[in-house]
Amino acid sequence: MTTATGTPKLNKTYSWVSGTLGILVTGVVFVVPFIFIFLTAAKSRQEASLLQFSWPTEWALWENLVEVIQTRDYILITAFINSTIITVGSVALMVIVSALVGYVLQRRRTRWNGLISFLVLAGLIVPPAVVPTIWVMQALGIYKTLHGLIFIEVAFGMAFCILMFRAFVATIPRELDEAAIMDGAGPIRLFFQVIFPLLRSVIVTVIVVQAVFVFNDFQNPLYFLPGDQGATVQLTLYNFQSQFSTSWNLLFMDILLITVPMLLMYIFFNRQIVAGMTSGAVKG
Amino acid sequence: MTMTTTTSQTGSASAWPAEPEPTGKRRRAKKRSPYPMWFYLPAAIIYGALFVVPTFASFYFSLTRWTIFDSQFIGLDNFRTFFSEPYLFESLINTIIFATITSGMKVVLGLLIAVFLSSQIIARGYLRSVVFFPVLVSAVGIGVTFSVLMDPFDGLINKVLAVFGIEGPGWLTDPNLALISVALTDVWRGVGIAVLIYIAGIVAIPQEYFEAAKVDGASATKAFWNITLPLMRPATTTVIILSLIGGLRSFDLIWTMTRGGPGFSSDVLASVVYKQYQAGFYGLSTAGNVVLFVLVAAIIIPLFWFLNRKEVDR
Repeated sequence: MTTATGTPKLNKTYSWVSGTLGILVTGVVFVVPFIFIFLTAAKSRQEASLLQFSWPTEWALWENLVEVIQTRDYILITAFINSTIITVGSVALMVIVSALVGYVLQRRRTRWNGLISFLVLAGLIVPPAVVPTIWVMQALGIYKTLHGLIFIEVAFGMAFCILMFRAFVATIPRELDEAAIMDGAGPIRLFFQVIFPLLRSVIVTVIVVQAVFVFNDFQNPLYFLPGDQGATVQLTLYNFQSQFSTSWNLLFMDILLITVPMLLMYIFFNRQIVAGMTSGAVKG
Repeated sequence: MTMTTTTSQTGSASAWPAEPEPTGKRRRAKKRSPYPMWFYLPAAIIYGALFVVPTFASFYFSLTRWTIFDSQFIGLDNFRTFFSEPYLFESLINTIIFATITSGMKVVLGLLIAVFLSSQIIARGYLRSVVFFPVLVSAVGIGVTFSVLMDPFDGLINKVLAVFGIEGPGWLTDPNLALISVALTDVWRGVGIAVLIYIAGIVAIPQEYFEAAKVDGASATKAFWNITLPLMRPATTTVIILSLIGGLRSFDLIWTMTRGGPGFSSDVLASVVYKQYQAGFYGLSTAGNVVLFVLVAAIIIPLFWFLNRKEVDR
């Protein structure tokens, strides 16, 4: 915006000065906390307890890693396995069931459309009622089970996915459906063999965005999957918070462990994450 | 719902492998859409059972004394308790404060950062990534990290302030400040989304507008106030609504950073719901949920209507 001034030379000066200033400010505000996490995770117990932003005098990264994994009978391993199962399971289920809804909702006009759209919007806005949900889950026998939590994540994350799919299906020409129907495709083949493959780019976006959400989810596992049996990575970190109040190095090692997967996701799927967060947001 | 299911299922089953006699096919094709209603069914079952039913059930159970196994109807007693107990009522005020602060700061900071990050500067891509990354980090991890950074004596923030001769406050230990400190952390974590939405909006402004403004002798500041800002209205609507929804429901950060403390000074509705649930007061907890629901609806729906109407008027 501010480019509208003067000579190219001035522009270049502006570009360098502001850019450098930006790097410095974001460095202090956004990067330092992450470096702090890393440095604390690499320190010995005594040194970490000083909470200083300093270079570790002796690197204990590996020792801390081993120790935090061994804590409470390798609970972190269980937690990572559980979190992986929940994330993969719920995202896969979410993609299929909401692609079906988004597709029919966009293609077929019935008198139910208004109600369904309303329910989808409600899903984005309404805060879930906690104890009644537990009550229903107990009645269905899925309280405190992994698949129970998977269904919960699907129910709460579905609205966002449906909106994404509906918007994307609108860009697929109807002639394609008609051609496939002429060739004798039934509804199932039409969807799974013609439409679904065309949704690939939006599916990738939905998978990445929802995987981040489900993996980072804390509130739902806290309510619907209590107990060590069903520990997830976020719950484990939360429990470590009180348990490790004297060993910050281990606590921050755990934070480091759950942050690294997100960093990798961000590096590999930068474009999809950005697209999903903004486009989904605009529609919501 | 069940009727459509059974009819269309048999319909598709018979039509899929091979078509029956032509006349029958033609007659049925009229009735049967290639977009069957039962495609809604899997989603409807999950959503209905785990979201719609509990939401409606919450209205009833909020009027009861409830132990999961049996419930006793007590009318509006839970709500009476809620609004008469200061520590419960305060959570309602805190929720509104928290949502307002976070949402306001995300709008202002988000727009400023976005304008800065869409001007011609070096390392633009890097800066955008850095500002956005915290969005992807778990709230628990950020909560733990910042409660350490905000430690009144050993925390990095107060140590840095001390270098400049400022005595830093007890960010999370001062009852007047705890809620605001958590709100600031929430802004730190979530401003990246606002920035992204604004950048998408700014990129969509035709460059000619700025060129025309320049020809007319408008300064960069003037161009910002008269071109960028008015055209950012839809993006602002999105940011406000999104951050309000998130802010009103916020739980993770508050719970990991302060547990509602010190005292009840940073309790919000979502943390009260959890506390009452833990204490076994399921009816009261559900009443808190209903209050939250009403609050969200009372704020978001008029706002949605108001902001969108203004847009149409233009």
